[in-house]
Amino acid sequence: MNDAMPTAPPPFQAFFERERVAVLRLLVGMVGPQEAEDCFQEAFLRALRSWPPADAGERLGGWMLTIAHRVAIDRLRQHASVPLEVAAEPTAPPTPELAPDELWEAVRRLPPKQRGAVVLRLVLDQSHAQVAATLDCSEEAARRSYADGLAAIRRQVGDGTLEVTR
Amino acid sequence: MTGFDALLERSSAGFTHAASVAGLVDVSVAELDTPLGRLLLAATDQGLVRVAFDTEQRDDVLDQLATSISPRVVEDARQLDGVRTALDAYFAHARSLAGIQVDLRLVRGPFRQLVLAELRRIPTGVVHTYAELAAAAGRPNAVRAAGSGCATNPVPIIVPCHRVVRTGGALGGYVGGIERKAWLLEHERVASLDG
Repeated sequence: MNDAMPTAPPPFQAFFERERVAVLRLLVGMVGPQEAEDCFQEAFLRALRSWPPADAGERLGGWMLTIAHRVAIDRLRQHASVPLEVAAEPTAPPTPELAPDELWEAVRRLPPKQRGAVVLRLVLDQSHAQVAATLDCSEEAARRSYADGLAAIRRQVGDGTLEVTR
Repeated sequence: MTGFDALLERSSAGFTHAASVAGLVDVSVAELDTPLGRLLLAATDQGLVRVAFDTEQRDDVLDQLATSISPRVVEDARQLDGVRTALDAYFAHARSLAGIQVDLRLVRGPFRQLVLAELRRIPTGVVHTYAELAAAAGRPNAVRAAGSGCATNPVPIIVPCHRVVRTGGALGGYVGGIERKAWLLEHERVASLDG
Protein backbone atom coordinates (compact mmCIF):
# COMPACT_ATOMS: atom_id res chain seq x y z
CA MET A 1 0.00 0.00 0.00
CA ASN A 2 1.18 3.50 -0.80
CA ASP A 3 2.61 5.32 2.24
CA ALA A 4 0.93 8.54 1.21
CA MET A 5 -2.53 6.97 1.38
CA PRO A 6 -4.47 8.21 4.37
CA THR A 7 -5.33 5.42 6.80
CA ALA A 8 -9.01 4.60 6.81
CA PRO A 9 -10.87 5.82 9.90
CA PRO A 10 -11.28 2.88 12.28
CA PRO A 11 -14.78 1.76 13.29
CA PHE A 12 -15.71 3.27 16.65
CA GLN A 13 -16.84 -0.11 17.96
CA ALA A 14 -13.34 -1.62 17.58
CA PHE A 15 -11.81 1.40 19.33
CA PHE A 16 -14.42 1.19 22.11
CA GLU A 17 -13.72 -2.49 22.71
CA ARG A 18 -9.99 -1.83 22.85
CA GLU A 19 -10.12 1.14 25.25
CA ARG A 20 -13.08 0.49 27.51
CA VAL A 21 -11.28 -1.55 30.20
CA ALA A 22 -8.55 1.06 30.66
CA VAL A 23 -11.12 3.86 30.74
CA LEU A 24 -13.24 2.16 33.38
CA ARG A 25 -10.18 1.38 35.50
CA LEU A 26 -9.10 5.00 35.37
CA LEU A 27 -12.59 6.18 36.29
CA VAL A 28 -13.10 3.70 39.12
CA GLY A 29 -9.77 4.82 40.52
CA MET A 30 -10.61 8.49 40.21
CA VAL A 31 -14.29 8.77 41.11
CA GLY A 32 -15.22 5.37 42.57
CA PRO A 33 -17.45 2.67 41.09
CA GLN A 34 -20.74 4.50 41.72
CA GLU A 35 -19.84 7.55 39.65
CA ALA A 36 -17.68 5.64 37.18
CA GLU A 37 -20.64 4.28 35.21
CA ASP A 38 -21.96 7.78 34.43
CA CYS A 39 -18.51 9.13 33.67
CA PHE A 40 -17.77 6.18 31.37
CA GLN A 41 -20.89 6.93 29.35
CA GLU A 42 -20.10 10.63 29.19
CA ALA A 43 -16.47 10.06 28.18
CA PHE A 44 -17.29 7.74 25.28
CA LEU A 45 -20.13 10.00 24.13
CA ARG A 46 -17.64 12.87 23.95
CA ALA A 47 -15.26 10.66 21.98
CA LEU A 48 -17.98 9.52 19.57
CA ARG A 49 -19.07 13.13 18.98
CA SER A 50 -15.64 13.97 17.60
CA TRP A 51 -15.00 10.59 15.96
CA PRO A 52 -12.77 10.11 14.06
CA PRO A 53 -10.35 12.54 15.76
CA ALA A 54 -8.47 14.66 13.25
CA ASP A 55 -5.05 14.68 14.89
CA ALA A 56 -4.87 11.92 17.52
CA GLY A 57 -2.82 9.81 15.09
CA GLU A 58 -1.37 6.72 16.70
CA ARG A 59 -2.15 7.97 20.18
CA LEU A 60 -5.84 7.04 20.09
CA GLY A 61 -5.57 5.29 23.48
CA GLY A 62 -3.95 8.35 25.04
CA TRP A 63 -6.56 10.60 23.44
CA MET A 64 -9.33 8.54 25.04
CA LEU A 65 -7.73 8.54 28.50
CA THR A 66 -7.32 12.31 28.29
CA ILE A 67 -11.04 12.64 27.62
CA ALA A 68 -11.94 10.24 30.44
CA HIS A 69 -9.63 12.07 32.83
CA ARG A 70 -11.26 15.40 31.97
CA VAL A 71 -14.71 13.95 32.58
CA ALA A 72 -13.53 12.64 35.96
CA ILE A 73 -12.05 16.04 36.88
CA ASP A 74 -15.31 17.76 35.92
CA ARG A 75 -17.19 15.33 38.12
CA LEU A 76 -14.84 15.90 41.04
CA ARG A 77 -15.28 19.66 40.71
CA GLN A 78 -19.05 19.26 40.85
CA HIS A 79 -18.58 17.37 44.09
CA ALA A 80 -15.91 19.72 45.38
CA SER A 81 -17.92 20.83 48.40
CA VAL A 82 -19.12 17.32 49.23
CA PRO A 83 -16.53 14.55 49.55
CA LEU A 84 -17.28 11.61 47.25
CA GLU A 85 -19.13 8.89 48.99
CA VAL A 86 -17.16 5.72 49.35
CA ALA A 87 -19.15 2.82 47.93
CA ALA A 88 -21.28 0.95 50.43
CA GLU A 89 -21.03 -2.22 48.37
CA PRO A 90 -17.59 -3.80 48.12
CA THR A 91 -15.45 -1.65 45.88
CA ALA A 92 -14.77 -3.21 42.50
CA PRO A 93 -10.99 -3.27 42.59
CA PRO A 94 -9.44 -2.13 39.33
CA THR A 95 -6.62 -4.60 39.82
CA PRO A 96 -6.47 -7.49 42.25
CA GLU A 97 -3.11 -6.50 43.67
CA LEU A 98 -4.52 -3.14 44.68
CA ALA A 99 -7.62 -4.57 46.25
CA PRO A 100 -7.61 -3.18 49.81
CA ASP A 101 -10.51 -0.78 50.14
CA GLU A 102 -8.63 1.45 52.57
CA LEU A 103 -6.04 2.05 49.87
CA TRP A 104 -8.72 3.19 47.43
CA GLU A 105 -10.30 5.40 50.01
CA ALA A 106 -6.89 7.00 50.46
CA VAL A 107 -6.50 7.43 46.69
CA ARG A 108 -9.87 9.15 46.49
CA ARG A 109 -8.91 11.59 49.22
CA LEU A 110 -6.04 12.88 47.06
CA PRO A 111 -6.41 16.15 45.18
CA PRO A 112 -7.52 15.48 41.57
CA LYS A 113 -4.16 15.94 39.88
CA GLN A 114 -2.30 13.63 42.29
CA ARG A 115 -5.15 11.17 42.06
CA GLY A 116 -4.96 11.09 38.27
CA ALA A 117 -1.21 10.58 38.31
CA VAL A 118 -1.38 7.78 40.90
CA VAL A 119 -4.20 5.92 39.12
CA LEU A 120 -2.57 6.22 35.69
CA ARG A 121 0.75 4.95 37.06
CA LEU A 122 -0.45 2.20 39.36
CA VAL A 123 -3.60 0.95 37.64
CA LEU A 124 -2.81 1.55 33.98
CA ASP A 125 0.95 1.16 34.29
CA GLN A 126 1.65 4.36 32.36
CA SER A 127 5.10 5.94 32.16
CA HIS A 128 5.63 9.45 33.53
CA ALA A 129 5.68 10.70 29.94
CA GLN A 130 2.30 9.07 29.22
CA VAL A 131 0.87 10.45 32.45
CA ALA A 132 2.09 13.91 31.45
CA ALA A 133 0.40 13.58 28.06
CA THR A 134 -2.87 12.39 29.58
CA LEU A 135 -2.92 15.09 32.27
CA ASP A 136 -1.68 17.70 29.78
CA CYS A 137 1.21 18.84 32.00
CA SER A 138 5.00 18.62 31.95
CA GLU A 139 6.70 15.33 32.71
CA GLU A 140 8.29 16.94 35.73
CA ALA A 141 4.88 18.00 37.04
CA ALA A 142 3.54 14.49 36.44
CA ARG A 143 6.43 13.01 38.41
CA ARG A 144 5.84 15.41 41.26
CA SER A 145 2.07 14.76 41.37
CA TYR A 146 2.71 11.05 41.48
CA ALA A 147 5.39 11.31 44.19
CA ASP A 148 3.28 13.67 46.31
CA GLY A 149 0.22 11.46 45.90
CA LEU A 150 2.13 8.36 46.87
CA ALA A 151 3.58 10.08 49.92
CA ALA A 152 0.13 11.20 51.03
CA ILE A 153 -1.24 7.67 50.66
CA ARG A 154 1.67 6.26 52.65
CA ARG A 155 0.94 8.66 55.48
CA GLN A 156 -2.65 7.46 55.56
CA VAL A 157 -2.39 3.70 55.19
CA GLY A 158 1.15 3.02 56.34
CA ASP A 159 4.02 1.66 54.33
CA GLY A 160 3.04 -1.99 54.56
CA THR A 161 -0.04 -1.79 52.35
CA LEU A 162 1.59 0.00 49.50
CA GLU A 163 4.66 -1.65 48.09
CA VAL A 164 5.66 0.40 45.13
CA THR A 165 9.19 0.33 43.88
CA ARG A 166 8.88 2.78 41.04
CA MET B 1 -18.32 -12.43 36.84
CA THR B 2 -16.38 -10.06 39.05
CA GLY B 3 -17.73 -6.74 40.24
CA PHE B 4 -15.52 -4.98 37.74
CA ASP B 5 -16.73 -7.08 34.79
CA ALA B 6 -20.36 -6.51 35.75
CA LEU B 7 -19.71 -2.78 36.00
CA LEU B 8 -18.00 -2.87 32.60
CA GLU B 9 -20.98 -4.63 31.00
CA ARG B 10 -23.49 -2.27 32.58
CA SER B 11 -21.48 0.82 31.64
CA SER B 12 -20.97 -0.40 28.06
CA ALA B 13 -24.67 -1.09 27.57
CA GLY B 14 -25.48 2.32 29.01
CA PHE B 15 -23.10 4.02 26.62
CA THR B 16 -24.21 2.25 23.43
CA HIS B 17 -27.85 2.94 24.18
CA ALA B 18 -27.18 6.59 25.01
CA ALA B 19 -25.18 6.93 21.78
CA SER B 20 -28.10 5.64 19.70
CA VAL B 21 -30.60 7.84 21.50
CA ALA B 22 -28.36 10.88 20.95
CA GLY B 23 -28.30 10.13 17.21
CA LEU B 24 -24.52 9.72 17.17
CA VAL B 25 -24.53 6.29 15.54
CA ASP B 26 -24.51 5.94 11.75
CA VAL B 27 -24.22 2.15 11.64
CA SER B 28 -25.66 -0.11 14.37
CA VAL B 29 -24.41 -3.67 14.55
CA ALA B 30 -25.67 -6.73 16.41
CA GLU B 31 -25.05 -10.44 16.44
CA LEU B 32 -27.53 -13.29 16.18
CA ASP B 33 -26.98 -17.01 16.73
CA THR B 34 -28.72 -19.10 14.07
CA PRO B 35 -28.65 -22.69 12.76
CA LEU B 36 -26.21 -21.34 10.15
CA GLY B 37 -23.83 -20.00 12.78
CA ARG B 38 -23.47 -16.52 14.20
CA LEU B 39 -24.61 -13.70 11.92
CA LEU B 40 -23.30 -10.16 12.12
CA LEU B 41 -26.06 -7.69 11.26
CA ALA B 42 -25.58 -4.01 10.42
CA ALA B 43 -28.21 -1.32 9.86
CA THR B 44 -28.34 2.37 8.97
CA ASP B 45 -31.35 4.61 9.48
CA GLN B 46 -32.42 3.47 5.99
CA GLY B 47 -32.54 -0.23 6.81
CA LEU B 48 -30.51 -3.40 7.04
CA VAL B 49 -27.29 -2.77 5.14
CA ARG B 50 -25.13 -5.82 5.77
CA VAL B 51 -25.42 -9.44 6.88
CA ALA B 52 -22.20 -11.39 7.36
CA PHE B 53 -21.79 -15.09 8.02
CA ASP B 54 -19.05 -16.15 10.43
CA THR B 55 -16.94 -17.10 7.41
CA GLU B 56 -15.97 -13.42 7.49
CA GLN B 57 -13.86 -11.91 10.29
CA ARG B 58 -15.87 -9.54 12.49
CA ASP B 59 -13.04 -6.94 12.45
CA ASP B 60 -12.92 -7.01 8.65
CA VAL B 61 -16.67 -6.41 8.38
CA LEU B 62 -16.51 -3.52 10.89
CA ASP B 63 -13.59 -2.01 8.93
CA GLN B 64 -15.55 -2.32 5.71
CA LEU B 65 -18.58 -0.59 7.24
CA ALA B 66 -16.37 2.20 8.62
CA THR B 67 -14.68 2.76 5.28
CA SER B 68 -17.68 2.49 2.99
CA ILE B 69 -20.42 4.07 5.15
CA SER B 70 -19.21 5.84 8.31
CA PRO B 71 -16.69 5.21 11.11
CA ARG B 72 -19.47 5.79 13.67
CA VAL B 73 -20.16 2.08 13.97
CA VAL B 74 -21.53 0.99 17.37
CA GLU B 75 -22.84 -2.36 18.57
CA ASP B 76 -26.34 -2.00 20.00
CA ALA B 77 -28.55 -5.06 19.71
CA ARG B 78 -31.66 -3.05 20.58
CA GLN B 79 -31.42 -1.13 17.31
CA LEU B 80 -31.76 -4.44 15.46
CA ASP B 81 -34.46 -6.06 17.61
CA GLY B 82 -37.00 -6.10 14.77
CA VAL B 83 -34.61 -7.76 12.33
CA ARG B 84 -33.46 -10.27 14.94
CA THR B 85 -37.02 -11.23 15.80
CA ALA B 86 -37.92 -11.65 12.11
CA LEU B 87 -34.84 -13.80 11.52
CA ASP B 88 -35.65 -15.97 14.55
CA ALA B 89 -39.13 -16.56 13.09
CA TYR B 90 -37.61 -17.31 9.71
CA PHE B 91 -35.21 -19.90 11.09
CA ALA B 92 -37.94 -21.49 13.23
CA HIS B 93 -40.86 -21.49 10.77
CA ALA B 94 -39.52 -20.06 7.46
CA ARG B 95 -41.61 -16.92 8.05
CA SER B 96 -41.26 -14.34 5.27
CA LEU B 97 -38.50 -11.76 5.58
CA ALA B 98 -40.16 -9.42 3.05
CA GLY B 99 -41.07 -6.94 5.80
CA ILE B 100 -37.46 -6.11 6.60
CA GLN B 101 -36.39 -2.81 5.09
CA VAL B 102 -33.01 -3.02 3.37
CA ASP B 103 -30.46 -0.34 2.52
CA LEU B 104 -28.67 -1.33 -0.71
CA ARG B 105 -26.02 1.40 -0.66
CA LEU B 106 -23.22 -1.18 -0.60
CA VAL B 107 -24.39 -2.58 -3.94
CA ARG B 108 -22.22 -1.28 -6.78
CA GLY B 109 -23.86 -0.29 -10.04
CA PRO B 110 -27.44 0.17 -11.26
CA PHE B 111 -27.74 -3.31 -12.78
CA ARG B 112 -26.80 -5.03 -9.52
CA GLN B 113 -29.34 -2.83 -7.73
CA LEU B 114 -31.98 -4.07 -10.18
CA VAL B 115 -30.88 -7.66 -9.68
CA LEU B 116 -31.25 -7.41 -5.90
CA ALA B 117 -34.65 -5.73 -6.24
CA GLU B 118 -35.78 -8.66 -8.44
CA LEU B 119 -34.40 -11.16 -5.93
CA ARG B 120 -36.67 -9.79 -3.23
CA ARG B 121 -39.68 -10.64 -5.42
CA ILE B 122 -38.90 -14.36 -5.46
CA PRO B 123 -41.22 -15.91 -2.87
CA THR B 124 -40.22 -18.45 -0.24
CA GLY B 125 -40.07 -21.99 -1.65
CA VAL B 126 -39.60 -20.84 -5.27
CA VAL B 127 -36.30 -21.23 -7.15
CA HIS B 128 -35.23 -19.28 -10.25
CA THR B 129 -32.26 -19.67 -12.60
CA TYR B 130 -29.58 -17.03 -13.17
CA ALA B 131 -30.91 -16.68 -16.75
CA GLU B 132 -34.42 -15.96 -15.45
CA LEU B 133 -33.01 -13.46 -12.97
CA ALA B 134 -31.05 -11.64 -15.72
CA ALA B 135 -34.19 -11.47 -17.86
CA ALA B 136 -36.32 -10.22 -14.97
CA ALA B 137 -33.76 -7.45 -14.33
CA GLY B 138 -34.10 -6.41 -17.99
CA ARG B 139 -30.91 -7.82 -19.51
CA PRO B 140 -31.48 -11.42 -20.62
CA ASN B 141 -27.90 -11.72 -21.93
CA ALA B 142 -26.30 -10.53 -18.70
CA VAL B 143 -26.44 -13.92 -16.97
CA ARG B 144 -22.90 -13.64 -15.59
CA ALA B 145 -23.55 -10.11 -14.31
CA ALA B 146 -26.70 -11.36 -12.59
CA GLY B 147 -24.59 -14.13 -11.03
CA SER B 148 -22.01 -11.65 -9.75
CA GLY B 149 -24.85 -9.52 -8.36
CA CYS B 150 -25.86 -12.55 -6.29
CA ALA B 151 -22.25 -13.33 -5.33
CA THR B 152 -21.71 -9.82 -3.97
CA ASN B 153 -25.09 -9.51 -2.23
CA PRO B 154 -24.34 -7.60 1.01
CA VAL B 155 -27.63 -8.69 2.62
CA PRO B 156 -27.86 -12.48 2.09
CA ILE B 157 -30.86 -14.43 3.47
CA ILE B 158 -33.01 -11.26 3.58
CA VAL B 159 -32.31 -10.58 -0.11
CA PRO B 160 -32.71 -14.23 -1.09
CA CYS B 161 -29.91 -14.81 -3.58
CA HIS B 162 -29.93 -18.43 -2.37
CA ARG B 163 -33.15 -18.93 -4.40
CA VAL B 164 -31.23 -18.68 -7.67
CA VAL B 165 -29.57 -21.78 -9.15
CA ARG B 166 -27.94 -22.79 -12.43
CA THR B 167 -29.96 -23.81 -15.46
CA GLY B 168 -30.12 -27.58 -15.13
CA GLY B 169 -30.48 -27.49 -11.36
CA ALA B 170 -26.90 -27.29 -10.03
CA LEU B 171 -26.85 -25.04 -6.95
CA GLY B 172 -24.14 -22.63 -8.13
CA GLY B 173 -22.15 -20.58 -5.62
CA TYR B 174 -23.13 -18.79 -2.41
CA VAL B 175 -21.61 -16.01 -0.30
CA GLY B 176 -21.90 -18.19 2.80
CA GLY B 177 -20.73 -21.42 1.15
CA ILE B 178 -22.70 -24.04 -0.76
CA GLU B 179 -23.77 -25.96 2.39
CA ARG B 180 -25.61 -22.94 3.71
CA LYS B 181 -27.36 -22.44 0.37
CA ALA B 182 -28.51 -26.06 0.40
CA TRP B 183 -29.70 -25.71 4.00
CA LEU B 184 -31.74 -22.57 3.24
CA LEU B 185 -33.39 -24.09 0.15
CA GLU B 186 -34.28 -27.29 2.02
CA HIS B 187 -35.60 -25.30 5.00
CA GLU B 188 -37.86 -23.26 2.70
CA ARG B 189 -38.92 -26.27 0.60
CA VAL B 190 -40.06 -28.23 3.66
CA ALA B 191 -41.85 -25.19 5.10
CA SER B 192 -43.71 -24.47 1.86
CA LEU B 193 -44.88 -28.11 1.71
CA ASP B 194 -46.21 -27.79 5.26
CA GLY B 195 -47.82 -24.45 4.49
